[in-house]
Amino acid sequence: MASSKKQYLLYMVQTHPNFRRAELESLADMFGIEVDFCDYDEGSPFCVVELESDEQAQQWIRRSVLTKAVFEFWGRGTTLEEMHEAIRAHPTFEQRKEQFKHSSFKFEFENYRGGKKKDMATKVKQIETFRYVGFEGKIDMKSPEQTYTLIEEYEAPTGKTPAATPLSYLFGRLVQVSDRASMDVYDLKKRPYKGTTSFEAELSLVSANIAQVKPGTLMYDPFAGTGSFLTAGGHYGALVLGSDIDGRMIRGKGANADIGSNFKYYHEASQFLDVLTMDFTHNSLRSDLVIDTILCDPPYGIRESIKVLGAKDPERFAGKENLIIDGEKAFLRKDYIPTKKPYSLDALLDDLLAYSAERLPLGGRLAFWMPTANDENVETIIPLHQNLELKYDCVQEFNKWSRRLLVYINRGDGYNGPTNGGVQRSPSNFRERYFNHFTK
Amino acid sequence: MKLLTTNFLKCSVQSCDTSNDNFPLSYSAQSTLARDESIEFNAAFLLKILDRVDWPAVVTVAGELGNSGLPATKPVLSSGDVAQLGDDELALLRDLHVLLVQTTLVEGEMKCRNCGHTYYIKNGIPNLLLPPHLA
Repeated sequence: MASSKKQYLLYMVQTHPNFRRAELESLADMFGIEVDFCDYDEGSPFCVVELESDEQAQQWIRRSVLTKAVFEFWGRGTTLEEMHEAIRAHPTFEQRKEQFKHSSFKFEFENYRGGKKKDMATKVKQIETFRYVGFEGKIDMKSPEQTYTLIEEYEAPTGKTPAATPLSYLFGRLVQVSDRASMDVYDLKKRPYKGTTSFEAELSLVSANIAQVKPGTLMYDPFAGTGSFLTAGGHYGALVLGSDIDGRMIRGKGANADIGSNFKYYHEASQFLDVLTMDFTHNSLRSDLVIDTILCDPPYGIRESIKVLGAKDPERFAGKENLIIDGEKAFLRKDYIPTKKPYSLDALLDDLLAYSAERLPLGGRLAFWMPTANDENVETIIPLHQNLELKYDCVQEFNKWSRRLLVYINRGDGYNGPTNGGVQRSPSNFRERYFNHFTK
Repeated sequence: MKLLTTNFLKCSVQSCDTSNDNFPLSYSAQSTLARDESIEFNAAFLLKILDRVDWPAVVTVAGELGNSGLPATKPVLSSGDVAQLGDDELALLRDLHVLLVQTTLVEGEMKCRNCGHTYYIKNGIPNLLLPPHLA
């Protein structure tokens, strides 16, 4: 079968290297596309892969956020001449020449780590070196049928001076631009309703991709806050439902500044189901409801300590259920505010894993973020559940702490994976250490 | 809160899980309803979501809220592919869109049929929190 496959060039971003491959693998798996990553190098933005067709490449990369685009790969060389030789020497070069010979086209120029933009004269000069390909279609800069891209790769700049000559030249026909433009659409700066806990657009979209959020399925965020992950899940076509124990976030700041109005702003109102004021650990979603994906950023206890329903000091609340105000039981009054008690992050994550094992279909994914301090000489213990396969542990490093996206696949009762539920995993109080700038 | 959400909510009280009466919750006839026409109809999407819907619960809740005209059994469509559906079937999906997605409960009460605990819906947001003696 390998012979019928064609070579494609991925042009990726160099940010979040930990997440990049996980995103590509997850999207490939979601569409049933087999990809051999033998050419993949974390240090390079380029990767050549073999795929069945343009359609397959389009399906795969259309949703990617950490890829810029995918090209039909024509050739590569350390000089322009060497690249042209490679293009001409390619076994399917003659077919390639014919296939879009009469299509309207344009040339684009990209560079990786290069300096300033190329001037027009240089562009024209470079385009002329492609004369031998014999493009006969008309040039259309606005909406060409085909776009050909010349990418120049440079060495990392020494100090502030970019390298003068490219390390290599790569050339290909554009097959699919990625979903990276959505980063700008969902940029928090432009979002009508957001808060201090809102999650940045890029990694929330990447999270939704790694979690394999699918159109027409149900996604749930049990710690919805201002709805950052609901927004990302809605963008990829799921019906999204959120809950949060803190009703203030959910209510927002009025009818034009709440989670629902964000969905209207993005013209994705039909993707948004509801947000509920609810304690995740006292869950109200009916037990036989299949939830396809669970994607969330649990409270780390940084801004506020973690709380669940219940009395911290039960004795103080003994008999309070009989309290009557204006002839009504106090706890049944519309303005009643229930008391909450502290809870540990370990216990909350145990609950989240157990819930996911119960509610996700086989193969369904749970993805959530977890913070860890960098300076502790203690191994970070990832929570595990016997029914869940830990598929990815993607780390984003900050100065003194890091956070990781943990991704699990529900494998069901027969999986019998390792488990560490009920074990104290967090070595110390993250919140306290965060506010002490990790000095203690 | 969309009418569709009523189809997903049970009582939060854990001891009610052993009862068959904790779902659906019972909705007060005095609840304030509204229609949000700005939510666009997406037939393919609705068709998929319909798989998740517990139809008898839709009938019960719609009945409590004043719509007793729904068929007792879940409508069966001739195909899972929207392009294959007839005009009548698309009209039916459109009606279901109005009922499940565009109809919202703005203010109201919902009560567990098992323990009798009452939850409120305020400004369109259901509050499912519990007092300490039920938590």
